[in-house]
Order: sequence, then structure tokens, then C-alpha cells
Amino acid sequence: MARKTVIPIGPFHPLQEEPEHFTLTVEGERVVDVDMELGYNHRGIEKLAEAKSWQQITFLVARICGICSTSHPIAYCNAVEDLCKVEIPERAKYIRTIVGELERIHSHLLWLGLAGHFLGYNTVWMWAWKWREPVLDIFEALTGNRNHYDMLLPGGVRRDIDEKNIPWIKKEMDEIKKKLDMITKAVLDDPVILSRLKGVGVLPPEEAKNYGAVGPTVRASGVKIDVRKDDPYAAYDKVDWDVITCENGDLLDKVVVRILETFESIKIMEKCLDALKEVKGEIITPIREFPPGEGIGHHEAPRGETFHYVKSDGGAGPIRHKVRAPTYVNLPTCKVTAPGCQIADAVIILAAIDPCYCCTERVGIVRDKKKEWLTQQDLVKLSWEKTERLRSKYAR
Amino acid sequence: MGWKEKILRRSLWVYHLGTGACNNCDIEILDVLTPRHDAERFGIKLVGSVRHADVLLVTGVITRKCLPRVLRVYEQMPEPRVVVAIGACPMEGCVFKGSYNQAGPLDKIVPVSLYIPGCPPKPEAIIAGVAKLMETLK
Ligand code: SF4
Repeated sequence: MARKTVIPIGPFHPLQEEPEHFTLTVEGERVVDVDMELGYNHRGIEKLAEAKSWQQITFLVARICGICSTSHPIAYCNAVEDLCKVEIPERAKYIRTIVGELERIHSHLLWLGLAGHFLGYNTVWMWAWKWREPVLDIFEALTGNRNHYDMLLPGGVRRDIDEKNIPWIKKEMDEIKKKLDMITKAVLDDPVILSRLKGVGVLPPEEAKNYGAVGPTVRASGVKIDVRKDDPYAAYDKVDWDVITCENGDLLDKVVVRILETFESIKIMEKCLDALKEVKGEIITPIREFPPGEGIGHHEAPRGETFHYVKSDGGAGPIRHKVRAPTYVNLPTCKVTAPGCQIADAVIILAAIDPCYCCTERVGIVRDKKKEWLTQQDLVKLSWEKTERLRSKYAR
Repeated sequence: MGWKEKILRRSLWVYHLGTGACNNCDIEILDVLTPRHDAERFGIKLVGSVRHADVLLVTGVITRKCLPRVLRVYEQMPEPRVVVAIGACPMEGCVFKGSYNQAGPLDKIVPVSLYIPGCPPKPEAIIAGVAKLMETLK
């Protein structure tokens, strides 16, 4: 048997934006196993949320992740509105959809660029990021900031969209469509790129379901799930659009799904912009009462379903706030996709799920300088204990 | 002025260290290198190893797990060392201030030469900051 070698990647690696540690076990040139270690980015957001007010948390969850900085607030606001049983104004629904879709466009372009970079095809990186700039300009005009838009509050949105901006936004979108067309043809017809992507890092649909993967990762394998369609919120049920799926689940399909989704997002956005001309009125329903109880909310972020849970005791803030970001379930799929590939492909395979580690971070427990491994039973026990504690504390 | 400073001024090589950022500052740093802003025309280049770098760009609240690694990276850096704190996070913690896992602010850990505030700072601000830094190196 060939000797096994272990290659550490990270935590500070030039190809990774965020600190993250991967261990590749290789046999010759072939990867046989991957392992990852999280926790470098953990900022204790769920705990911080317990000390903040309902409104403040919107700005905290926006800063969970720099790319999904509208997805988390949308999911969080859905959860709070579910708790308070509030219906947001029509116009706010459309504005939320527009910002959410703009974010998807910018995120997919960003990923496309990074994927090019990981393949060693820096031209794609420079192109995609150049064409992402107009999207950021639109964000700046609509929300006042290039990133971290902070557009939402529980009950609605904070800023209205000015009619004056709409023709300009549409023009920019047309430009992006043209550029995307061009990049699609240039990239997908390139034999070198094709040979690096086709049939590499395949994720079969059964495995995708086993791991509970979400978003473009699982849609590339042909599983048709999308929160926007399955459990509509905001204005997703008011406009007409399709869920994009592919069949093979390899890297090429993951690229194709994301590119087609970008076109779909532009379509949704344009329809919502048209609708804004008719739908007038308030943009926020102020929420004054936060009753005791629980609320859940989700949103289809560019990487998949983001889920937020809040529990209230009727006070100024939640007593428990739980976030589950898409990368948390997508990341383990590289246990399936990476083994068997070449070392050179490993980076793009790990990047194919569009990982976002800052969303995913968890803490590890270190006691007496030894790392503790908790099994499922231990976690369930811990969670029971905590529920008991909370119950006795807040019992009415 | 020593010959080292003379050479340093001409072309700054930067190394980027994310220590618990929300990712946005890191993206804006990459953005500075892409066609619209193109910092490479000033000779600024992102390098893959801190041993080649003149400037250390730090983003993010310094989390407890990152702290020993930040010190190690700093020690591996050749002299003269210039540290730049990007964004509100390394300065005082941004919205994450008071978190149980925050070991920052950065200037309590290593000496900082330049702060670029903002959440995230715009690429223009980053370029302006680095231009100022080049002035002071003269
Ligand atoms: S300063 Fe703001 S944008 Fe930068 S890492 Fe911190 S939270 Fe993110």
C-alpha cells in the first residue's frame, strides 16, 4: 500500500480569505480523505444577541457574513415577524425581494471570480469582479453602503427605493446580462476549463440528501429545493420565476446552476422593479409588542437556506437566538466529493460549495488542555439541561 | 534613510491576515486589486507568505483562537514591520464588542501603524490610507 501523507492547508493560506484549517490525506497525487477544523472566526454572535434589543440584532446578524449581509437579516426579520404575527407592508415585501436578489447577483459573480482564481484562470476573476462593481454601485445608491446594506428592520425596510433610480438600475442590469452571456460562452466553451470541471467532484443526489445539503450545491445534483418556492415569503410568490437545477452534480454543473440563477435573479428583480410603480404606501409597520413565544424564519441565501430561530420572554430582546447558515450543512459534503480527486483539484472542490466560514463557526470545548469530542447524546443532554435551566428561570 | 526604506517605498508587498472578520473587509481588500481600483499600479502586491511581506493587513476582531497565530505571523515578518488595521473590527470590535471570544483590540497585541476605519472601509479609503502610509515611509 502506498504511503499516506497529510497535507495541512491553512489556517492562514493565500488561497483562503478566511482562517480555516483543512487536512488533506493523500496517497501519491490522490486525495483519500479531508478533514476540517473550524472555530477561528467564532465571534459568539448568538450570545451577543441575547444582550441586544430586537432592532439592534438586525445590524448584528447583518455582520455575521459580509456576502450574505441581507440574507441573515431577512431570515431574522421573518422569525421576529413570525413571533409577533405581523404582516409587513406590500411595498416593503418588494423592496426586500429586490435587495435579496441583488445580493444573489453580486454573490454569484463573486464566487465565479474566485472559482476562476482557484482554477488558476485569473482573467475570469478580474472580469467577474469588474462586472460586480456596477451591482455594488446600485447597492450604494439604494441603501447607502456598498456592503452591509442594513436595509431591514423587523416590520419592514428602512429606506424606500426612489423612482428616479429605476431606469438606471435596469440599464445596468442589461449590461450585466450581456457581460454574463459573454463570460458564459467564453468560460464554458474553453476546453481547458471544461476538462478541469467536467466529472470532477461529483455529488450524487442521494448523498446530497443524506448530508442535508442546500442551495446551489444540491440543485446542481438535481434536487429541486428552494425556500423561495417551497415556503414563499416577501414577494417571491407574486412574481413568476423558475428554480434552476442541473443533473450531474459535478463542478461544471455547480458553475452552470449559479450562472443561470443569476439570470433568474435579474428577471425577478426587473419584475419587482416594475411592480414598485403600482405598489405604493408605507414601508414599515412598527412593532411595539414582542410577546413571549418562539419564531422561526428562513431565507434562500445565495448559498442555500439560512435559518433563524428566536425565543422571547416578552422582554426587549430574545432569550435565545439560533442561526443555522447554509455552509454548515454544505461543508461536510466534501467528504464525498473530495476523496479520489487530484491534489490540484482539491482547492476548487472545497470552494465549489461556495463556503462561507464566518457563517459557520462553532466553538470547541477545551478542558484541561485536551479537546473534548461531544457525541450526539452529549449534545442532546446539554441541550436538555439548558432548556431545564431556562424553564426554571423564566417559568411563569 | 537606509537603503531598506528606500526600496520599501517603491513597492509595498502586503500580506492579508483575517482574524475573525465578517468577510467583508477581506473582500474589499481583494476588490482594491481588481480592475476598477487596481492598486497594483502603485506597486502594491498581495503576497502568499508573510516572510515576503512589508505590510501586514489585519481584518477582524482578534478571536481567542487566532491570537497566538497572529503573534506568530507577526514574529515571522521581516523588519521593518508595518501593521495596518482595516475596518472597525480590529480597532475596537465593531458590533462584536464584548464578545467572550474577542481577544482584541489589535493595538493591545501588536503595534499598529495605520488605522482605516469603516465597516467595511471603501476601496477608495483603503487606497487613500495606503498612500498616506507611503508618505510617512519617505
Ligand atoms: S469592520 Fe465591519 S465589515 Fe469589516 S470585518 Fe468587521 S464587521 Fe465586517
